Amino acid sequence: MSAGTSKIDVTVTDIVPVNELVKRFHFRRTDGAILPTFSGGAHVVVEMRDDDRTRLNPYSLMSSPLDTTDYTISVRRDDVGRGGSLFMHNRVKPGQRMVISNPVNLFSLDLRARKHLMIAGGIGITPFMAQTSQLAGEGGNFELHYTCRSEALGTYADVLQARYGRRIHLYHDDRDEKLPLEKLLSSQPLGTHLYICGPAGMIDWVRRTASEAGWPSETVHYEHFAAPQPGKPFDVTLAVSGKQIRVGEQQSLLEAIEAAGVDPPYLCRGGVCGQCETNVVSYDGKFLHNDHWLSEEEHRSGCKIMPCVSRFEGKSLVLER
Amino acid sequence: MGINFRKETFRDDFTFRNSPEHIRRFPFPFHEDAYMYAVNIEPHVPGPKGSVLEHGIDVDEHYVSEMHDRALVLAEDPLRCQSLPHMTLAGWDLLELLMTSKAESYPEHFTLNRDGDKWHWINRPLGIDDRFTFGDVSTLPYGPMEYITRQSQGDFCILDQRDGNLWMDAGIVTTQADWSLDFDIGMNFFEWHAPVPLAHEKGIFTRALKFLTNIQQGAPARRLNWTMTINPRLDTSPENYHKWGTDRATVTPENVGQKVHLRVELQSFWRLPRSNALVFPIRCYLIKMDELVTSPKWARRFHRVLRDLPTELADYKGLSRYRPTVLEWLSQYDDGAATSPGFGPD
Repeated sequence: MSAGTSKIDVTVTDIVPVNELVKRFHFRRTDGAILPTFSGGAHVVVEMRDDDRTRLNPYSLMSSPLDTTDYTISVRRDDVGRGGSLFMHNRVKPGQRMVISNPVNLFSLDLRARKHLMIAGGIGITPFMAQTSQLAGEGGNFELHYTCRSEALGTYADVLQARYGRRIHLYHDDRDEKLPLEKLLSSQPLGTHLYICGPAGMIDWVRRTASEAGWPSETVHYEHFAAPQPGKPFDVTLAVSGKQIRVGEQQSLLEAIEAAGVDPPYLCRGGVCGQCETNVVSYDGKFLHNDHWLSEEEHRSGCKIMPCVSRFEGKSLVLER
Repeated sequence: MGINFRKETFRDDFTFRNSPEHIRRFPFPFHEDAYMYAVNIEPHVPGPKGSVLEHGIDVDEHYVSEMHDRALVLAEDPLRCQSLPHMTLAGWDLLELLMTSKAESYPEHFTLNRDGDKWHWINRPLGIDDRFTFGDVSTLPYGPMEYITRQSQGDFCILDQRDGNLWMDAGIVTTQADWSLDFDIGMNFFEWHAPVPLAHEKGIFTRALKFLTNIQQGAPARRLNWTMTINPRLDTSPENYHKWGTDRATVTPENVGQKVHLRVELQSFWRLPRSNALVFPIRCYLIKMDELVTSPKWARRFHRVLRDLPTELADYKGLSRYRPTVLEWLSQYDDGAATSPGFGPD
């Protein structure tokens, strides 16, 4: 049984273009009941049946946790990705039935915080949409700093400013506006917790700056779903199930294992939760580790791989699956 | 047909007993003739009709009397119920879980009507009929966790999840096997399990923590744990050790059947949706030796488990002093015949 894979049948009730790159999708339960309550920062895994293949992509829930008549997600179109966002943008239509997972939260608010300081980059804004709704409903103390390429691509910046006014701070790349990170991190009250969601480079920059400024690691939270990267095809032997599989260019190793009828546990499908960790029986070649779960030592050891995001180049790879 | 709630006591004159139907549904915890720790966790899915697993949250014939006993404990010692300031939201989550579960499983005894955040709760066995605003603490006589757990059998620990660990940050604990919420409050998973022998060396807690932190909404899990208790006393707490510790010295060959109880905890684990905390109900079931031996299989098996239990475990469970007397008594029910696999009474 895959952890977190209890499924919900939903119907797409609305698709709203937000700007030239982002569309918002609204889901309701097909049976008419209300959807499960969730906490800000949670994601769902959306199943995409694309002809002969199934994609399972995680998206943050961005609707208010206080209202679960529908769930909404926002999908940024990635023209050079593996096709999940293009499927959502081009193939999904209102009225279509889809299957999503129960909500899973790997980016939870620390409810002990005296203040929540949020830093978003680009489409990383989506979990903060839900978290700010949750905190505002409880009278929580939060402040959001949001960097985006331009005003036109500042997804939901207008909505957030209308809701929360001066608690929202925007920085536009095209106007050369810079997030004053060091100043920001050095001027927070004791008991502040920091949350980061955005591109990998931004997360690294904020974590490093916070660490240098003396922030305890327990107060720094970040969400980084590394979307699986495409790569050269490679062959794998699954030792336990006795199967030979080929991982396609646009396919992740986890997807290829699933396509062969083997069902490893998973939650995030983005290299952070650790569920799909797989032992390597033997290999001759080079691992392309892309996860944030295994330690550097484990990466070097050649004994483990996270099949949701990592790949392989070489002659042979045998996995304990 | 509703449950026939017994009027009985868990202190002083100890009138607790199980009806014949409740003996048959007792969650006997040994699937073989030996016991050792294991991460014996399984999905908390509904079990056979009439069993303690039929519903996610079990209510049985001892409900009303157990709730009365809890009220007595809390009146003497309010620190049995504690909730750190950041855990109020999790308390509302728990209130929702317990009210919806009870109303759905036992509609003849419990009713919940919801109109947005205006809730109306009726608990017929305890004579409660309250209207309140969900999320507004001022509309309930207690905090949300205390309010609903004064109406729910078993102890409840609410564990905050952060930094890859679980933290005992709220709970109500009045039916415990010799541990203290007041002592453990604020501790993490490894800290509060520190006194348990043997299991750390086996890496059990590391694996269990990994499993628990990954429990997801809609997919609760459960396990059984066990110990023994002299007299059917729910509140065997360190705080009251002076009241029950000496009971262990009162076991004689003549009174084993009535005085000695197998105590089984049905522990379940549920992800709470708003707070992302875990709630850990620990439900205690007691059975007298006289009741247990009405099942020949259980009598044989329990004799063998108790006989072969490692000394460290017997010491940790506090049963070393009376183990020989109970073994001698149980041996008359063990003819050496083979027992069938599984938990059931045959």
